[in-house]
Amino acid sequence: MEIYLDNSATTRCYDEVAELMTTVMTQAYGNPSSLHSKGLEAEKYIKEATDAIAGTLKVKDKEILYTSGGTESDNLAIIGSCMANRRSGNHIITTKIEHPAVLEPIEFLKEQGFEVDYLSVDRNGLIDIEELNRVLRKDTILVSVMHTNNEIGSIEPIDQIGSLLKAADHKILFHVDAVQGFGKAHIYPKRSGIDLLSVSGHKIHGPKGTGFLYIDEKVKIKPIIFGGGQQKGLRSGTENVPSIAGLGMAVRLIYKDLDKKLENMYDLKEYFINELRKTEGVAQINGIGDDPRLSAPHIISVSFEDIRAEVLLHALEEREIYVSSGSACSSNKPSVSKTLTSIGLDRKYLDSTIRFSLSFDTTREDICHTVDTLREILPFLRRFVRK
Amino acid sequence: MKYSSFLIKYAEIAIKGKNRYLFEDALIRQIKYALKRTEGDFAVTKAQGRIYIECLSDYDYDEVIANLSYVFGITGICPVVHVEDNGFEELCNDVIKYISDVYPERNKTFKVHARRARKNYPLDSQEINVELGSRILDAYPKMRVDVHDPEILLNIEIRERIYIYSVTEKGPGGMPVGTNGKGMLLLSGGIDSPVAGYMISKRGVKLDAVYFHAPPYTSERAKQKVIDLAKTVSKYSGPIYLHVINFTDIQLYIYENCPHDELTIIMRRFMMRLAEDIAKKTECLGLITGESIGQVASQTMQSLAATNEVCTIPVYRPLIGMDKQEIITISEKIGTYETSILPFEDCCTIFVAKHPVTKPNINIIKRSESKLSEKIDELYKKALETDETIIVHS
Repeated sequence: MEIYLDNSATTRCYDEVAELMTTVMTQAYGNPSSLHSKGLEAEKYIKEATDAIAGTLKVKDKEILYTSGGTESDNLAIIGSCMANRRSGNHIITTKIEHPAVLEPIEFLKEQGFEVDYLSVDRNGLIDIEELNRVLRKDTILVSVMHTNNEIGSIEPIDQIGSLLKAADHKILFHVDAVQGFGKAHIYPKRSGIDLLSVSGHKIHGPKGTGFLYIDEKVKIKPIIFGGGQQKGLRSGTENVPSIAGLGMAVRLIYKDLDKKLENMYDLKEYFINELRKTEGVAQINGIGDDPRLSAPHIISVSFEDIRAEVLLHALEEREIYVSSGSACSSNKPSVSKTLTSIGLDRKYLDSTIRFSLSFDTTREDICHTVDTLREILPFLRRFVRK
Repeated sequence: MKYSSFLIKYAEIAIKGKNRYLFEDALIRQIKYALKRTEGDFAVTKAQGRIYIECLSDYDYDEVIANLSYVFGITGICPVVHVEDNGFEELCNDVIKYISDVYPERNKTFKVHARRARKNYPLDSQEINVELGSRILDAYPKMRVDVHDPEILLNIEIRERIYIYSVTEKGPGGMPVGTNGKGMLLLSGGIDSPVAGYMISKRGVKLDAVYFHAPPYTSERAKQKVIDLAKTVSKYSGPIYLHVINFTDIQLYIYENCPHDELTIIMRRFMMRLAEDIAKKTECLGLITGESIGQVASQTMQSLAATNEVCTIPVYRPLIGMDKQEIITISEKIGTYETSILPFEDCCTIFVAKHPVTKPNINIIKRSESKLSEKIDELYKKALETDETIIVHS
């Protein structure tokens, strides 16, 4: 029995999505920019996807821009908005636990002369809104904070940040990397004061290599990809019609009965955590605070005693359970997780932390089997530690 | 410049006597293997004690040279222009054109070296040398003759057609694979062992390889990395039979029963034993390792002695006297370095003591191994049975 618990890395494409994409690729294969009916047909698929996405976010169709995924959305949001608003200021605020797709473009802007402040997080991975208030400056033009952390599942206080920024006496753009949060929560940019929102397709059972960026119509932004002027010149290149159609379908499917699905997932998460706590060799569950229902429903970060994450990962893999390790285990190149260090995780657990990430298709049986397997292999693996 | 064929030069010294045909046949086989992955049609022929590659279709010159540079035994590759014999006047014009095509600057020192394989040609070799030389001087006043150390040695061979060549691309040297038996390479994912395989292969030795896999302590990616390394080495050595042996149970058994600081030595002794057993079954005449004296604790003279002690067939260690940087330089040259440094190797340091013995005493090691007597034979047999043989070729 294959149990896939690495859904924060990527998800299985829904059958309906794959089928729709096949249809688009083999039948509605026109270029949406073509004037003939083949082009129009392709354009209709894009329109349908846009309706689904904009409807879910309660925004306008024209505020959705298709990209190649979360990384491109983050890059465009950050570089494109800072370049366009450079005259208003020079200061960016982000957090220490962002994904590299956010941190690296900011690093690039730093080289161009921008100044950056990085917010710290508490042991549950949450930023302090007071700290944000303190570091805000007259020349701050962008605040970029992730919706849900990819390693420990903490959900940042997006609404509070949005209100704080709205109350400032000058315009500060608010970018939210929602790659992990979209599809696992209701997100309404207009209510939360979000100007830019990045989403990836393959984290919500859509195709890889696709995603979108929500851009509030009032935001000034410059393209980072130039060419034939598609998507109002903001993102040149023939639209990836099959993937966009697939993405639209995935959004529709993931948001169907979301509340009920979330309820089940949180139950499953609580059950999993309780069982883990009763399991010999489990040291701690990271980033959940007192109430597991306050962090993401699908991400469970677990530190183990006396075991290297990668060994456990491969041992689980031998039993067809697929998970992810907190940081790459390598004797010559230790790459330590920024998130795990930022929440103050004990050094000895940095290389002993596993991320389990669920999907709405994960069953209680999957979790029971995973717990049983852990209880079977942990005592054996823990016999072998480096002396 | 469009060349019609390539003349292959090989080291004369190795091919004296009746082994010559074995050497040449092996070389032809390896050249054909290298040309199989080269676009175009070629015929490889042996004629008058030389090997020629005739180009039967269009080809990419750089690709041909690059692929031939993997063939051990070749010392030089000479691209040859063929012209029809339409009389000496015509030949002079062809040669003058050849020089302007290949050496557009036309200011080199040269010497004409004619060979008249077809004896009914009206001029003899010496006459051709003199006459052609003066025609070239007339045509290109900046060229000069130097009979002792010319920049261009212009070869003119009078056969049915006339061959003109003067350029020699360097080959890798060594001896053709298959002329010196077969060896079993202990291949890890590191920098050294692929280089060791390359060096032994260069002496004409065919390679098989063995890799010890220890899941879950090493990953599938580590195994894939070893396959990729074998693939790169096989460009030189020809196809490699890679034996993947599951070593986990033996490793854990050693861990639980032997002193921790001796783990690496004892583990390596078992790897050598397994490798030797597979080597004997597959008609390999020796083991090949990437060891170099003093590089790590398990490669001190004492450690090597302890590891070597279990082997009854020769163990070849071509890197034994080399520094790490020298080894890296070769691995960069042969194209294994980039793969070797990928971080999947030695993923687990669990089995590496923080302070391993550097001067193991063989008797003490043997005493430690005696603690394994209960189950080791069974585990050893089982490990041999896990042999997954992958045929790796480029």
